Amino acid sequence: MTWTDQLDTCSCVLLRLGERRFALAADQVAELAAPSRIFRFAQKTTEIDGVILRRGRVVPVCDIAEKLIGKKLQQRRFYLIATRRQPVGLDWIALPVSGECELIQADLTPAGPADSPHVAAWLSHKGEVIEVLNLNALTPGAIAVSPRDSSMSLPEARA
Amino acid sequence: MRTATVHKPSPIRTEQIILFRASNQIFAISSASVQEVRSVDSLAGAAVEITEPSLVKVRHAIRRGDRNLYVVNATIHFGLRPTPAALIFLLRKSRVALLVDGIEKMTTMTRLQALPGAFCHEERIWYRGLTVLDQNVIPVVSPSGFLTAEEILLLDAVTGPQSLPDTTEATGPELTL
Repeated sequence: MTWTDQLDTCSCVLLRLGERRFALAADQVAELAAPSRIFRFAQKTTEIDGVILRRGRVVPVCDIAEKLIGKKLQQRRFYLIATRRQPVGLDWIALPVSGECELIQADLTPAGPADSPHVAAWLSHKGEVIEVLNLNALTPGAIAVSPRDSSMSLPEARA
Repeated sequence: MRTATVHKPSPIRTEQIILFRASNQIFAISSASVQEVRSVDSLAGAAVEITEPSLVKVRHAIRRGDRNLYVVNATIHFGLRPTPAALIFLLRKSRVALLVDGIEKMTTMTRLQALPGAFCHEERIWYRGLTVLDQNVIPVVSPSGFLTAEEILLLDAVTGPQSLPDTTEATGPELTL
């Protein structure tokens, strides 16, 4: 399959960071949560702001806006709680987003060799071309899991 | 004959911890890993100053029996703003004494959550995990995370020629655990 091939329809969650919209595969999204108290403690992973408590689970908060739109979010309206498949189970991570999210069905085009590592695929929605995010490339501490084991069922993007 | 199966609820594993302050942040350490708690004043005369530029978090050593203990300043270790320390934790089966601002309280934790994988730097060595107490998230420090074996060897080499007074019989501890 080449990177220009179209894929099957996939469920995605559209999220807003500032004025831009991005997408995440729906099977990587656990829930959308209202902002809650953020707990900070001494640590050296600068991408992580702190942690929130969600259903008894400690979830790290990672503002991906700086990498994607060049600045941190001024206003956090929600946390999109996403999951990353790791060698041992799922890893949860809270992504601050600046608007409501939308679940859509869209045809995905896998990323090409020239695309940034954070782009897993592309989709077109209402005339807008939107990046489908590769969370492992955007958030720290991700351990690569073979695509066969990955929860995100995107095919190999290499030509 | 059928016997009724009795399901006993598995006992909750609890662990006694000390909540301590360093630069106004709260940390937890297992009570079992702290042998003694002393005031800084009680060891002031017995500590020998160390100047090792590569290890600024260690400024003093104290003699306990036949070994030197190295006093790690918790605020510098965790990269926090230094504040006046009041207490020293002498760690059990360790070459480390930990300089802290004070004890918040002693309590019990029932659950230790693994540090999320997104934390991927020194904090993975610093902490055993996180615990939730009264709707607060508290990092639980790892007693072995304060000095590496290489750092202890380096400090042994630096303090080797110096003779340190033994503090084992010095003024009694504030608290023996």
